[in-house]
Order: sequence, then structure tokens, then C-alpha cells
Amino acid sequence: MTETITSPSVSRVPPQRTEYVRDTVASRNFGVVEKPLTAWERLYNKGWLRKSFIILVISIAWETYARFLDNALLVPTLTDTLTALWGGLYGGEILNKALNSVRLLFQGYAAGLFLAMVFTALAMMSQLGNDLLETLTAMFNPLPAIALLPLSLIWFGLGDKSIIFVLVHSVLWAVALNTHSGFKSVSNTLRMVGRNYGLGGLGYVLRILIPAAFPSILTGLKIGWAFAWRTLIAAELVFGATSGKGGLGWYIYENKNLLDIPAVFAGLLTVILIGLAVENLVFRNIEAATVRKWGMQN
Amino acid sequence: MQKQVSQGETAVGGPQPTVTPLLQVRDVTLQYKTKQHLVTATYKVSFDVFQSDRFVLLGPSGCGKSTLLKSIGGYMAPTEGTISLKGKVVKKPGPDRVFVFQEFDQLLPWKTVKQNVLFALQASGKARGKEAADRALNYIDKVNLTKFADSYPHTLSGGMKQRVAIARAMAMEPDVLLMDEPFAALDALTRRKMQDELLQLWSDTRFTVLFVTHSIPEATLIGNRILLLSPHPGQVKAELNSDGSDPVGADGKKLSDRIHDMLFAEAVEQADAAPPR
Repeated sequence: MTETITSPSVSRVPPQRTEYVRDTVASRNFGVVEKPLTAWERLYNKGWLRKSFIILVISIAWETYARFLDNALLVPTLTDTLTALWGGLYGGEILNKALNSVRLLFQGYAAGLFLAMVFTALAMMSQLGNDLLETLTAMFNPLPAIALLPLSLIWFGLGDKSIIFVLVHSVLWAVALNTHSGFKSVSNTLRMVGRNYGLGGLGYVLRILIPAAFPSILTGLKIGWAFAWRTLIAAELVFGATSGKGGLGWYIYENKNLLDIPAVFAGLLTVILIGLAVENLVFRNIEAATVRKWGMQN
Repeated sequence: MQKQVSQGETAVGGPQPTVTPLLQVRDVTLQYKTKQHLVTATYKVSFDVFQSDRFVLLGPSGCGKSTLLKSIGGYMAPTEGTISLKGKVVKKPGPDRVFVFQEFDQLLPWKTVKQNVLFALQASGKARGKEAADRALNYIDKVNLTKFADSYPHTLSGGMKQRVAIARAMAMEPDVLLMDEPFAALDALTRRKMQDELLQLWSDTRFTVLFVTHSIPEATLIGNRILLLSPHPGQVKAELNSDGSDPVGADGKKLSDRIHDMLFAEAVEQADAAPPR
């Protein structure tokens, strides 16, 4: 009886099994192979639905808290804010201010990008340019753009120019730093491939370096955009209107002075909405059409 | 210099070819700098590659074979000696010597399979428009990837990526293809298949290829001529003929065993030489 348990020499030999060979089914004869998703899974898989749900929860929390607090000077209700926003949009005031802000923003952003391009090109062309960019970014990147505003006001006076100067400063270093580090991290194999097929100079930069460094460049563009937007609103808050026009920051400041807190919230909400729109409509689509399609980012 | 004659090739070691070689490498010494050292990768290496050769550079890691190939590619100037292609000294990279690298990231991730091949033709100015498109599709078909012509590289397997790289290089119809361990990063089954496919492609188009490997079986299978390099720094040890069947030589040894012995002997010599110091 104990034989089956206490004979290790026998049990260590694996059992003999017969060999077998069988035919597989050709994949075209499989028919449909799939596991159906439940309705819940299908809903959960939709990103916009998940995010809408989060926004809905936040909205309800806001509304509930504001009603509980019952003090419109501290936290106005969501409905009051939305009414103020609607009024501002309908009357054209918020829309005008937002347009002013965005127009300034684009001028500053574009100028910043152009300068970043020049600096990066210099840095790629020579060691001296490289050192120049590294030194300048090390000096100026940590310096908050808004700290330059007083100086900018003295140099350029009250007007668009002084704001654009500050915007350029906020965009330039972030973009140049990211683009440059992106160029430097392009794989050596890709560089060799480019030169193998006879590319050099501008063709090499445009057809190899820029696409290969695109993930970093895109990150730089996003950071630059966020920096510019923040700097702009801050500058407007400090500096107010220029020749009666003024932007969203001024709108917020003005309404704070008038103690119209729902309008202040409406202004803030507009800043957030524009930021969200650019992130989701512009950058997300650029990402989907480039780095994600190319498998350089998941 | 004629040492290989004594290696059991007396029967075939007689007349040297009278045609001029396509690629001539003469006494090439290659050195590169690291942070601490000046490393000599190869020392006075000479060989000739003829039209339609499948010329294999074989040696253990550290024998400078990849560095040598890079230098032939024009990415690195020799410290001494010359490399000349069709009588012209090689000075910089160019589309007459096209590389196939070991790394899978040699394909441009932002271009589809077809665009990758097209890019090579257009960037180098070899072909344009319809002609370029036709040529690209033709070579993609040769490597059996027609179905994947519009796929992006990141959706392909390692073997497929290497096939695209080979198609891209072949579409250029270069004077010589430079392959730097192109199958080394593949699994054994895929590697075997790719080797057969490469030989099939060769018998279709008879291109000239310079193939770097550290695998003896791969060298004897792919090459018709094998240059054996010793390690640290690389020096020419032998130049052997091969017909892919790993034939038994006059000394009763298989070609692969002879190569193995030669590489192994080197290691023993070094071990013997070491103690006195």
C-alpha cells in the first residue's frame, strides 16, 4: 500500500505519454470570435462620458455648498455664476474681453515660438549657440515673467507692447528648452538613417529632427501655452486696461471692485473654459494626428 | 599575406580574380575616443568586395566589425588607410551605400511602410513621383509586405520592421548594401526565415551585400566569402569561401568547425600570453 507514496526514484520519472499530431482549423473558418461588451462597459469606455460625469459631480457639489453657505460675496451659486456668464456673453462684454485677451495671447505666443526657433537653430548649429541657449534658459526660465512687468512698463509704456514682451519671456524659454532637449535625444540610428539618404542642413532638420523630436516639441508648446495664458491674466490683473479695452483679467478685477462676485466667477470660468477648449480641441487633435498615430506616445 | 592558402584551400587558392573590385579596403586602422581611452577598433584591415558578393565580416564582439562597417558607410574617417568604392575614396555618408541597422528604430515612426521607402527614394533624389511609388511598392512586394504598405511601423512585429528596412535599402538599388547584424535582435525562428528570404532576394536581384555578424552559422549560411577578424583590435585572420552548405574541407573538418577553432585558438593564445605580465 505504501509503495505508491514512498518510492521517490519511481515518482521522479515523468510519465510516458503518447505523441499526437492534429490538424488545425484555418482561421477563415473560425467565424466571428469576440466577447461582447456589456452596455455598462460600452458606456464606461467613452472618455467624454466619464469626464462629463466628473464635471457634473463637481457642479452639484458647488451648487449644494453655495446654497448651504448662502453668502454670494464669498461663493456665489453655480446658477448665479452661469447667469452672470450668460449675461456677459449675451451683452458681449465677456466675449469682447476674451477676444482682446486671446488676440494679445496669440501675438505673444507666436513671437515667443519664433524666437525659440531661432535660439534652437543656433544651438543645433554650433557649440557656442548651444552654450548660449543653456546659459540663457538657466538664467531666465526660473524667473517669473510677471516679475518683468514693472520693467516692461517702463520700457514700452502702457499698452499691448509691454504685455507682449512679458508673454514672449514666458513662452520662449520653456519652448526652447523642450525643443532643444528633444533634438538632442533623437536616436543615433535615426540620425544615421537621415544622413545615409543624403539629407543635410535644413532638410535634415525638417525631415528627421523635427518629427523625431515632436513629442518633446509638443510638450514645450503646451507648457508655453499654459505659461502664456497665466502670465496674460496676471498681467491684466496687475496692470489693468489699456486704452479702455482690457481683457479677461481686467474684467475680473473690475467686477471685484464692484463686488459683483458672480461676474468674477464668470470671468474665472471663462479663463478655465478657454484653457480647456485649447487643450481638448487643439492640442489633443494635434497629438492624435501625430505622436499617437506614429506610436511615439500612448 | 596568402596565409589562407595554407588553411586547406590549396585546390582553389590559385588564380586571383582579374575583374576590379567594387569596394576596396586598404590597411584601414580605426580609432575612436571614449572619455578615458583612445580605442583602436581595427588595425590595418584590407579586403576586396566584388560585384554580387555576399561578403560577411565575422568576429567576436569587440573585433571592430561594426565600426568598420560604419567607416565604410562614411560615418567615421579611418585613422590610416583608405576605403574606396568604384575607385572613389569614401568620405561621407551617401545613398550609394545603404545601411540596414540592427535596431528596430531605424524606420521613421511618423511614416507608413510605403512612405518610409518613398522617403528614402525622394530624400536622396533617386526617383520621383509615379516612378518612386512604383519602385517602392515593387520592393515592398518583394519582402511580402504589400498588405501592410499603409501601416505605421509601431504596429509591425520586429521581423516585419527589418523587412521594411531591407525593402527600403534595396529600393535604393545601392552599389553595396551594408547590413549591421540585421537579424540579431530577432527570435531564432524569425531569424532563420529572414536569412532564407535574404538569400531568395539575392538570387532574384544579385545585389552586393556586406554583412556583419557574430554568428558562425549565420556567416556560413549567408556568405559566399567570409572575412574572419580577431578581437581587440580587429585584424584580418582569414578569408574563406562558403557555399551555404557548411562543406567539409580537405582537413576533414566542417567549415563552421574550422572557423570555430580559429576563433577559439585566439582565446587560448591570449590566456597563455597573460600570466608573464
